[in-house]
Amino acid sequence: MTEPLVVMQGILKDFPGVHALVDCRFELLPGEVHALVGENGAGKSTLMKILGGVYKRDAGVITYKGAPVEIPNVANAQRLGISMVHQELNLMNHLTVAQNIFIGREPRAHGIPLVLDEGGLNDLAAALFERLHLRLDPTRRAGSLTVAGQQMVEIAKALSFNSSVLIMDEPTAALTDTEIDELFRIIRELRGQGVGVVHISHRLQELKQISDRITVMRDGRYIDTIGTADAKIEQIISMMVGRTIFEAVPEVPEKTNPEVVLEVRNLNRGSAIRDVSFSVHRGEIVGIAGLVGAGRTEVARAVFGADPIDSGEIFVHGKKVKISGPIDAVHHGIGYLSEDRKRYGLALGLSVETNIVMASLKRFVSRLGIVRSALTRSAAELQVQNLAIKTPSLNQRVRNLSGGTQQKVVVGKWLTADTEILIFDEPTRGIDVGAKSEIYHLLNALAHEGKAIVMISSDLPEILRMSHRVVVMCEGRVTGELTAAEATQEKIMTFATQREAAA
Amino acid sequence: MVRSDFLQRFLAFGALIVLILFFQVWCVLIGTNFLTFENFVNILVATAVVGIMALGETFVVITGGIDLSVGTVMTISMVMTAVAITSQHLPVPVGILVGILTGGLMGLANGVLIARFRIAPFIATLGILNVARGLSLVITQTRPIYFPNNPEFQSGVMGNLFGLKISGEFGFPNIAIIMFGAALVAAFMLGKTALGRYTFALGSNEEAARLSGVNVANWKMLVYVVCGLFAGLAGVLSAARLGSAQPATGFGYELSAISAVVIGGTSLSGGEGTILGTIIGAFIVYVLTYGLQFVNVAQEWQIVVTGGVLIAAVYIDNLRRRQRV
Repeated sequence: MTEPLVVMQGILKDFPGVHALVDCRFELLPGEVHALVGENGAGKSTLMKILGGVYKRDAGVITYKGAPVEIPNVANAQRLGISMVHQELNLMNHLTVAQNIFIGREPRAHGIPLVLDEGGLNDLAAALFERLHLRLDPTRRAGSLTVAGQQMVEIAKALSFNSSVLIMDEPTAALTDTEIDELFRIIRELRGQGVGVVHISHRLQELKQISDRITVMRDGRYIDTIGTADAKIEQIISMMVGRTIFEAVPEVPEKTNPEVVLEVRNLNRGSAIRDVSFSVHRGEIVGIAGLVGAGRTEVARAVFGADPIDSGEIFVHGKKVKISGPIDAVHHGIGYLSEDRKRYGLALGLSVETNIVMASLKRFVSRLGIVRSALTRSAAELQVQNLAIKTPSLNQRVRNLSGGTQQKVVVGKWLTADTEILIFDEPTRGIDVGAKSEIYHLLNALAHEGKAIVMISSDLPEILRMSHRVVVMCEGRVTGELTAAEATQEKIMTFATQREAAA
Repeated sequence: MVRSDFLQRFLAFGALIVLILFFQVWCVLIGTNFLTFENFVNILVATAVVGIMALGETFVVITGGIDLSVGTVMTISMVMTAVAITSQHLPVPVGILVGILTGGLMGLANGVLIARFRIAPFIATLGILNVARGLSLVITQTRPIYFPNNPEFQSGVMGNLFGLKISGEFGFPNIAIIMFGAALVAAFMLGKTALGRYTFALGSNEEAARLSGVNVANWKMLVYVVCGLFAGLAGVLSAARLGSAQPATGFGYELSAISAVVIGGTSLSGGEGTILGTIIGAFIVYVLTYGLQFVNVAQEWQIVVTGGVLIAAVYIDNLRRRQRV
């Protein structure tokens, strides 16, 4: 039997108020793709961050290539040959693609210690992209790339270390199917070269495709490791949640409530949004599908007033409204749940309670300007119960919660603000199976209550499962609209790739 | 992106030209002339000290930090140079070195407080501002120190290039050449060296730099040391220019330096900035100060205008960033 590359045993990690990891185990063989799964907050990222030198363990042993090692920081991990692609994008937006990839190991001009060789740097990056068959411009500023482009830069960066161990924390969350295929091709190539790849993902179908073994974690504990070939998805899910859940596809009720709540007409903004029109009825979920960069988020932000528009009209309940900023949008009952919760959806350093009442604080303030804490407390309490927000207390800082729980806090915020129109941008991005079906239930319940919901998603099964109607976008335009009955993955993809030349 | 950088620099440069023309029109109206070689030289000399200080400040601001202590660090460097040359009877070059290193040492103090003890830059450098200011007064017993025995120190710095006189008494002043030389060194450091790269990286996304294995604390410390070294050089030049170490000067210069940096297009939120911009920014500040003085606006009002310019520059910085979103 081959000697394992990495063995982690008895790993323990405490964060303030939480046992993040208790007696965790993990083993990685050379030339294996090892999937790590578990619900949000199960400790997958934490365990891998310990291996990647981001966190220090409180107890336990790590053996690397047969010898016990200490990994006090990231530079150390990289020297050992362990590199990691993080769940959150971690790029320096002002620097170029090449500067980002080789930060900390820039080639020196003529061997002079501190002087950098920019040309050599760009050549290195170009050679790397060549090797990986990526089309990226080394000299482009990272901040000007799309999310998917930035993700590819992160992956290219991790691969540039020629590491023996590559950890990928949800690398596919922002990628399209073609890009995922590309990534998997690269992963298979690395596996052939004897690299050990750790793949954290919530897309279980995807793991069946790419992984050799699957380790399941739950509540900071190791549950089991099984060979992918023998594993059934239902079995993995039940190990993840500790119970068997039935993931039956619910019927999408064919609703024909005539009341139009939100109507957008001929919205334009530069080349990002071109003549976009759509409407949402009461109690309806309208899915907006399209590839990354199709302009879906841009439309959402424009409707919410976060970005200025060049032209176009927005009607709420048939009345034309002027939305020149989020304040107007909230006033007209529109709430926006950003795809990037941490940056645009939450005040991470503040408590669950403060975040929940954030968008409606006016209601909780007495005439003298004093916050009525009993009222905010009960309002927050209500959402924590309704949405089953897993938090030790209302005072917990949102930063310390898992991704799915954070998403629920954002939902709670908008529900507290009594919004009638909710725009969800990738509501289940980076959220695990158990929490996903909870979010789906929630969306259905909200629609049932009569809210008008816009759901942007790159996950086609999700679009098909949830939407009453599907609006498909490509390159800033609406290229098609389908009812739930008409919509299929193939039809959506046809519209989503209907570029202008072909139209 | 490149185009907007160009536009930004052009904007600052355009503002400088407009400002000069503004004073020329004013002068013509009151019957004098602003566009003289004498004024040109005076502005160069006036800009040099704070201009050099602003070079170091540029590094700090690009990291997303701020150094409020540069003004009084300049003072203590000036004092230490004077002490070395007069009471310790060391040769002038050694005195110069002592002054520059004093600045570096104060910068190191800032860097340790900020990068190691994680004190917010605003507070850490505010503390060091007062430490340096107080120490200068203690060392000098609040009295200026003169250099009667070393006239070459002053004449070297304040003299003209090759001793040439271009117009009347005036030639191209050495102090301005030193400033432009320092600017070239700073531009090279920022654009071509690892220090410069990490300066931008820290300001753009410090956490990303940390996760890339960059020793964030050490580089940040070094940035403050660099800022201190430039303030130290400014102190040496200031001592030479005044022919003495004046323990009560320096306080308030940091605002001019920060103004120069921000007017020059360096973003207070970090991640972008240029040395050329800072130099143009420094000229804008000093054309304004000198111009107001030249047309006989009371000094009290000059101070008010300087404050207003700083606020305007920061506001323009905000507008610029909002546009880009």
